[in-house]
Amino acid sequence: MREAIFFFFIVLAGTGGELCVSKAMKSIGEVHDFRPKALFLFVINSLRLPWMWLGVLLMSLGFFSLLGILSFQEVSFVVPVSALSYAAGAFGAKVFLGERISRNRWIGIAVVCVGVSIVWWSKR
Amino acid sequence: MTHTRRLQLKTIPLILISIVSGPLGNVFLGKGMKRVGAVTSATTSEWFSFAVHALTAGYVWLGIACLLTFFIAHMLLLTWADYSYVQPATSLSYFFLTVLSYFVLGETISPLRWLGVSVICLGVFIVGRTAPSTTPASGAI
Repeated sequence: MREAIFFFFIVLAGTGGELCVSKAMKSIGEVHDFRPKALFLFVINSLRLPWMWLGVLLMSLGFFSLLGILSFQEVSFVVPVSALSYAAGAFGAKVFLGERISRNRWIGIAVVCVGVSIVWWSKR
Repeated sequence: MTHTRRLQLKTIPLILISIVSGPLGNVFLGKGMKRVGAVTSATTSEWFSFAVHALTAGYVWLGIACLLTFFIAHMLLLTWADYSYVQPATSLSYFFLTVLSYFVLGETISPLRWLGVSVICLGVFIVGRTAPSTTPASGAI
């Protein structure tokens, strides 16, 4: 039960945060210049966006939940199971970001989820 | 050079950085948190004390540095590639993480867990054969 609560926050807050950051990044646009000054400006520009801050807040919640569960569970169990966020992420990307997810990509995500389930069973 | 080919040339190195830095960060966090000790209650003061204790552990900061590297690579990727492509593509890191857990942390990895990680990698292979971006770009720096 305790594990389930931690995974709930890791998956939902973590994925929600990544979706917010992704929305912020898409509004900045594609990066072509990788020089330090340009990358510094890229970081400054991203910090001006409310979506970025909301994303960082949610990802922080997910991060501390990850720290919490890592204090009593194996890394090789926790991290693969947290990949449940793939399913949440795909639905979120479709609904929230309007991404078109092809049939092959859905199949790949489904296979990843099967792998995550096997890792979960390996603990029992 | 086609647009898709150009995108793949800069996407693949950043995905490789993500695959290495993400698992390294998690392994360092795991090592640090095992030293901090388990959370025993859900009270606010207990959580505050836990967070302060965690943030004073050297391995946790090493882990945070690796995860920051992962995060920056991830942010750059997301400026041109779909989230639904980037997220599964970087999941190759699960294989690397399992290897590190075995050799660095000394965790016991059962055959079933190896099977699960292998299936995850198969899913990643399928996702990697789809186009990195399916939506029009909104701007550029």
